[in-house]
Amino acid sequence: MRKVFLSVIGFAMICRLNTSAQTRTDSLRSKPAPSLYTPVEQHDTTSYSPRALKLDEVNLVSSYYNQNGNHSAVTGGIGSEKVTDFANGLDLKFVWGDPNYKKNTISLGMGFDYHTAASQAFVSQTGASKQGGTRVYPSFDYTVENPTLRNTFGFGAYYSGEYNYHSLGADVHFSQKTRNKNGEFSFKLQGYFDRVTLIYPSEFVPQSTTTNSGGTTVITTASGNTILSGEDDYQKRNIPTSPRTTYSASFGYSQVLSPRLQVLFLADLVGQNGYLGLPFHRVYYNTGKDTIEKLPSNRYKLPLGFRANYFLGDNIILRAYYRYYLDTWGIKSNTAGLEIPIKISPFFSISPFYRYYDQTAAKYFAPYQAHSPSDQFYTSNYEYSKFSANFYGAGFRIAPPKGVFGWQNFHDLEIRYGHYAQTTDLVSDVVSINIGFK
Amino acid sequence: MTVKLLKITGCLLFALGMTSCVHVKEYQKSRLNDAEMALGNRKVEKNELSFESYREAASGANAGKTGGGCGCN
Repeated sequence: MRKVFLSVIGFAMICRLNTSAQTRTDSLRSKPAPSLYTPVEQHDTTSYSPRALKLDEVNLVSSYYNQNGNHSAVTGGIGSEKVTDFANGLDLKFVWGDPNYKKNTISLGMGFDYHTAASQAFVSQTGASKQGGTRVYPSFDYTVENPTLRNTFGFGAYYSGEYNYHSLGADVHFSQKTRNKNGEFSFKLQGYFDRVTLIYPSEFVPQSTTTNSGGTTVITTASGNTILSGEDDYQKRNIPTSPRTTYSASFGYSQVLSPRLQVLFLADLVGQNGYLGLPFHRVYYNTGKDTIEKLPSNRYKLPLGFRANYFLGDNIILRAYYRYYLDTWGIKSNTAGLEIPIKISPFFSISPFYRYYDQTAAKYFAPYQAHSPSDQFYTSNYEYSKFSANFYGAGFRIAPPKGVFGWQNFHDLEIRYGHYAQTTDLVSDVVSINIGFK
Repeated sequence: MTVKLLKITGCLLFALGMTSCVHVKEYQKSRLNDAEMALGNRKVEKNELSFESYREAASGANAGKTGGGCGCN
């Protein structure tokens, strides 16, 4: 009986202690336990502050291009087409948010190319013209994305300058996703306002002359450049230019068809007017006499494109592309491409690719010494001839989560090589590298 | 050749049209969001598109240039 009594008292005491432990205020709340940890100062998060401007992405693309052929337009459809080009482009992408949860993006680009062209030497009949040249092309784009309305709006501007060609361009673009975000319509209006410098082949420029009139010397060089020089005055007069304007309206619609397949339809309407040839392209008539390429001052183009990307299994992706093209100069063309990225690991892929291209000849094209002096328009530029081309090669891409070579900001690295061959005997090789930082 | 390619393209488009547009939810888009699945040109292709527009008469419908901006048409 005593044992039972003591057990009941013991049980009652344990219950009281437990109740007390649950109802009493924890002394640790007012007295923090000793620790080496220094608390981080907490900011007030009750009011929203817009995301600050930050550099989101940097991409550096470099390419080396090497070409050989024997149908240069500078020499009337015959002669070396050897070209080398070293192209470099740097793109910076800045993003920031705003109180309406819109995402703003500014993209700044700067490109710089250096090329050499064997045919360029023969702008001068003696082959003494400069063979090298540079091109600089900065660009700007602003885009605002509204996730609530599922649309984006933006505008851009670009410039391209080289010795014989200057171009200013601008665009506005808009896109709208469907309600279920599986489809997207896009629209872009673009305009290029270019100036072609009228550098003629040397035989069409008066030979170098020197005239003294009132102490001023006038020298007309073979390239058409006129230099005025007095005894203590030196001035370089600009070579005349001619305008070339291009307007285009681009439409696109992309659709997700399944968790593995998405497609994109593209259509451009393009109108060009102005000087559409190049002034240093020669044409040799069937009489043996030469002249300067002459092309219509208007051209309208209609390219229609289709892309389909399919994720086959877990490691293979099929990227297919087809384009049909026609224009008012009588050119019709097909382009078909297939690239097959194979994922060796989730962060490393190898991508062999193949591209087929064919086109019919422009109404105004004829080879060396095939044009008649009675032709209204004429060119021997093999870009407008009938030909087909094959382009094939492979690339690889590395994008590990810890960064390339363990460098966290070095987000991805792509290297790609391709060999291009036309039925006109033009062949070229191009190797490109893209380095992406985030 | 052109007619044949157009027919093939037509058949492909018809076949795609026959596959009903399944409503794919965001959590089902892991494969579609893969960088290799982007419906556009790769950044590394930028200069390839440039030389193609110099050497070939056709351009456009590839989210690239349709003319202008360089000495090419």
